[in-house]
Amino acid sequence: MAQQQILPLNGLVQDAAVHYRGDHLLVAEMVERGSKVLDVGCGEGDLLQLLEARGIDGRGIELSREGVNRCVAKGLAVVQGDADADLVNYPDDAFDYVILSQTLQATRQPRVVLENLLRIGHRAIVSFPNFGFWKMRLQLLVGGHMPRTENLPATWYDTANIHFCTIKDFVQLCDEINVKMERAVALDLHGRPLRVNLPWWFWNLFGEQGVFLLSRAGKGK
Amino acid sequence: MPSEESRATITDTQSIASPAINAEDRAQEADHPSSLVAKFGVDQPLQLDCGIDLSPFQIAYQTYGRLNADRSNAILVLHALTGDQHVANTHPVTGKPGWWETMIGPGRPLDTDRYFIICSNVIGGCMGSTGPASTNPVNGKLWGLDFPIITIPDMVRAQTMLIDRLGIETLFCVVGGSMGGMQALQWTAAYPKRVFSALAVACSTRHSAQNIAFHELGRQAVMADPDWHHGRYFEQGTHPHRGLGVARMAAHITYLSDAALHRKFGRRMQDRDLPTFSFDADFQVESYLRHQGSSFVERFDANSYLYLTRAMDYFDIAADHDGVLARAFRGIQTRFCVVSFTSDWLFPTPESRALVHALNASSARVSFAEIETDRGHDAFLLDVPEFFDISRAFLQSAAAARGLTRADG
Repeated sequence: MAQQQILPLNGLVQDAAVHYRGDHLLVAEMVERGSKVLDVGCGEGDLLQLLEARGIDGRGIELSREGVNRCVAKGLAVVQGDADADLVNYPDDAFDYVILSQTLQATRQPRVVLENLLRIGHRAIVSFPNFGFWKMRLQLLVGGHMPRTENLPATWYDTANIHFCTIKDFVQLCDEINVKMERAVALDLHGRPLRVNLPWWFWNLFGEQGVFLLSRAGKGK
Repeated sequence: MPSEESRATITDTQSIASPAINAEDRAQEADHPSSLVAKFGVDQPLQLDCGIDLSPFQIAYQTYGRLNADRSNAILVLHALTGDQHVANTHPVTGKPGWWETMIGPGRPLDTDRYFIICSNVIGGCMGSTGPASTNPVNGKLWGLDFPIITIPDMVRAQTMLIDRLGIETLFCVVGGSMGGMQALQWTAAYPKRVFSALAVACSTRHSAQNIAFHELGRQAVMADPDWHHGRYFEQGTHPHRGLGVARMAAHITYLSDAALHRKFGRRMQDRDLPTFSFDADFQVESYLRHQGSSFVERFDANSYLYLTRAMDYFDIAADHDGVLARAFRGIQTRFCVVSFTSDWLFPTPESRALVHALNASSARVSFAEIETDRGHDAFLLDVPEFFDISRAFLQSAAAARGLTRADG
């Protein structure tokens, strides 16, 4: 397992007037102001709006036509496309950050997608639902059925999520493809960050989702 | 029940009706348009791609709204194949409303309270910009086929001269659908620093083989009409209205979709319950097409149709950049919004997607929306609220980035 390199979570201030999703606030806080960002799977553009409000040049890719058109109607620079097919069109180092928020598990080739994120961007921010979360484990162990939660309500036969993983699995993949974890945070069911400096096994059990700030570990691999 | 639209198209003719508007009215518009006119003398020739310098020449144009003090709020609207500069006013020949009044006006997406809108007739057109229907100053006769072949880049080069004349350095936006979208894209590829943003609708960076084929069909129909007289019909007192009408009918089918035709007309009969066992327009769809053909020839010059379809055929931005589309947009700072429609089979979504991929490869700021509709290519001219919402938001976001405030307009 990779060495933990966890930086403290600091200065995250919730805007009094607007309620943003916990993981969005966390992602926005990881992005430096004035940078150029690509949000892959940007949904209806909530995160992009949050980023643009912070003076960040945001672009998006979204699979659903309705999502794209809502984004464009908000004045956001969003194109229709998907992580598997369309990331190849972007040149190397085109962005400071590429964000993949709650989308990795829906891609056909998560490993290739992850590699593309760090080819296009100097850094990548990846968040995904943790299938090692205790409620998930309990449903499979005790209930004997595929887990469903508030955030993942779809049944196994109509879910878009085809590549579930746990925080532990993801850390292992990062290790394999030589990706450096600059920061890792696990969030609870309410989108609040868990206490830092807890061991990985604890996060893997009690984190409902993981948010990772990644960079290339170095050249040559 | 026939819809309002189809009922309005009832004609009793067996073929395309002769034009109700006489050729002199049309000829008048070609040389002395009911528009503003920018004249360019022999000292300012238009350098055409075919190698000829066109001079003197003129551009007919209309404007709406007010240019602000910074000259930073100008939007150039580019018209499609059979459009013209009368984008938001009553047409001087047909008396019909402007072709994009749904888009342009106070509070509309192209808000005339905020932006200064310019629309010019393309070079090669027949509504007052120099074209085959204009008088050749060398011999005092109409140009006809003596007019040089023009291209989309030629049209845009002429527009840059108009914009210079108006004292505008950078356009806030170029906006166009179909052939107008081609011009918008040509603006961004050839003059990227003069275009702050671009809204390219139902278009492509090149004309496809299928589209060239349809255009060839239309041209052959015009040229097969004995009234065409090798392009000198005006000297014979004729106009190839049957050939041009057939060209328009064929083209009009490509602007619609199977679903839209079915929804509007189905197999319904025109003013009769039983087939006549003749070649009358038994079906509503036939009657509708004949009406489209005959109303078009009233306002459009046949030679101009040949030239403009040819210009579209030659269009291929990538070909001018070693076959690599992305090279055309390298380092571009222009903000793009690309829009396609699901049922458009003339400029289908994959063509827009190829453009978007090239823009992504250039790290351009681009929005791309595909709008679901069964109304085909013509959707960009129709009342499609989602398209208006997207256009409005794109322009507002660009205006904020440009620092345009309401007070500026």
